[in-house]
Amino acid sequence: MTVLVIAEHDNASLKGATLNTVTAAARLGGDIALLVVGAGAGAAAEAAAKVAGVSKVLVADSAAFADQSAENVAAQILAVVGASAGSITHVLAPATTFGKNVLPRVAALLDVAQISEIVAIESADTFVRPIYAGNALATVKSADAVKVITVRTTAFEAAGEGGSAAVEQLSAVADSGLSKLLGRELTKSARPELGAAKIIVSGGRGMGSGENYHAVLEPLADKLGAALGASRAAVDAGYVPNDYQVGQTGKIVAPQLYLAVGISGAIQHLAGMKDSKVIVAINKDPEAPIFQVADYGLVADLFEAVPQLAAAV
Amino acid sequence: MKILVPVKRVVDYNVKVRVKSDGTGVDIANVKMSMNPFDEIAVEEAVRLKEAGVATEVVAVSCGVGACQETLRTAMAIGADRGILVETDAELQPLAVAKLLKALCDKEQPQVVICGKQAIDDDANQTGQMLSALMGWPQATFASKVAVSAGKATVTREIDGGLETLEIALPAVVTTDLRLNEPRYATLPNIMKAKKKPLETVKPADLGVDVAPRLTTLKVVEPPKRSAGVMVADVAQLVEKLKNEAKVL
Repeated sequence: MTVLVIAEHDNASLKGATLNTVTAAARLGGDIALLVVGAGAGAAAEAAAKVAGVSKVLVADSAAFADQSAENVAAQILAVVGASAGSITHVLAPATTFGKNVLPRVAALLDVAQISEIVAIESADTFVRPIYAGNALATVKSADAVKVITVRTTAFEAAGEGGSAAVEQLSAVADSGLSKLLGRELTKSARPELGAAKIIVSGGRGMGSGENYHAVLEPLADKLGAALGASRAAVDAGYVPNDYQVGQTGKIVAPQLYLAVGISGAIQHLAGMKDSKVIVAINKDPEAPIFQVADYGLVADLFEAVPQLAAAV
Repeated sequence: MKILVPVKRVVDYNVKVRVKSDGTGVDIANVKMSMNPFDEIAVEEAVRLKEAGVATEVVAVSCGVGACQETLRTAMAIGADRGILVETDAELQPLAVAKLLKALCDKEQPQVVICGKQAIDDDANQTGQMLSALMGWPQATFASKVAVSAGKATVTREIDGGLETLEIALPAVVTTDLRLNEPRYATLPNIMKAKKKPLETVKPADLGVDVAPRLTTLKVVEPPKRSAGVMVADVAQLVEKLKNEAKVL
């Protein structure tokens, strides 16, 4: 029995979400093969070989994978599963935009169900996953020969270093030619990634404008070494880019400390942050639903309270 | 050019669902049902492409119980030209829906299928990608901007680090993210007009698709509750609590 984990990487290094997925794979038992599909991904493959618990690193390196298109990456995963002659029983990827984009294609072409965003593993065929924006947890059992799974990364610790897996080069599948990347606009930030941050400062509609958002929250985030997040309302209003969004359809986070500033606490926002260890809410509306999940609530004008907080920490 | 838009009937996004006490599922008897919000965005985008003269016909499809007709009527009130209901009382999982949609795509030959990126009930985020794979078509998921011209689509996608723009050959599947558009409210005259638009009903067996579920739900439970904590009087007390009680600073 082999668990195939699909590495998310940028060719130079592994993304943190890959390490959480390896931990989930380890819970299943069996060998873990980590598949790196990339273009000039030697450094990422080396990093993959050092991840604790990984028994083998498989590398498919080709210009066809430079764009990380779902079509080409999925085709490579299928080739690996096919070549394993049934020894691969599980295919796991992180439930990031990368994993969500690629893995359903793999499941459909294997003619198996995908089990999305698992948060717990009961056995090799039974998993727990949130439904209805996390308002219910479903335990599902798969009858398929291969289990194709995306993993909610906040539910599993990151795997450590210390492995020394053998690296095997695979022949790469041909480019499908169906899709071409024209460009990327990535948010540049010196702050920690939202998914991996220990502290997150998040702003909502109460910020009033993009200028206010940055002027008020950045000094606090700088003091705390925190990542910046936002509610859907703040993103929809154009205060910050889409990749700041925390919620059911944005990023799922679980930091040590989540500071919700000017966020009312819609169900879909709570779905993205309610597993945080400590939640602090600052809102001028004492009736805001966010206070029902906050460990510490402060009813105050955020434009006064946040600068005071930045000065005090 | 024809556009196919799958729409799902789900518990309205404003309803706080309750888990049944016997742990078999979520209680959806007597709760308000609506079109999945992401599918509404998909219908709106398709209708805008028709209004811009890019598309000639918008076909809405729903798979599920007879009441999904209402969801199709909503799609037609927004501006879809006709509806197809794949009627079944069976539990439908994403793979089965993708297969039903494939059968309809083979028959209808659309150039673009626009799906919502996920349904807000099962939060699976699979059907569009699965359909695309089964058809052997390219996909552009989580779209925040779509432009269609001469055999190709240019789609801006919301990804974890920001945005990326793809050019894909048609036919293709696009799945919608929140910021693609703001769906219009259906006006009363359009709701009335929608009642007269053609609505065809087929069964999964007519399409030759086996919809048997692959996953069995063993139980559904409520997640551990987070209870409200304490209210603090001022920033000084907040900092004191975070340092000494929660020990997170």
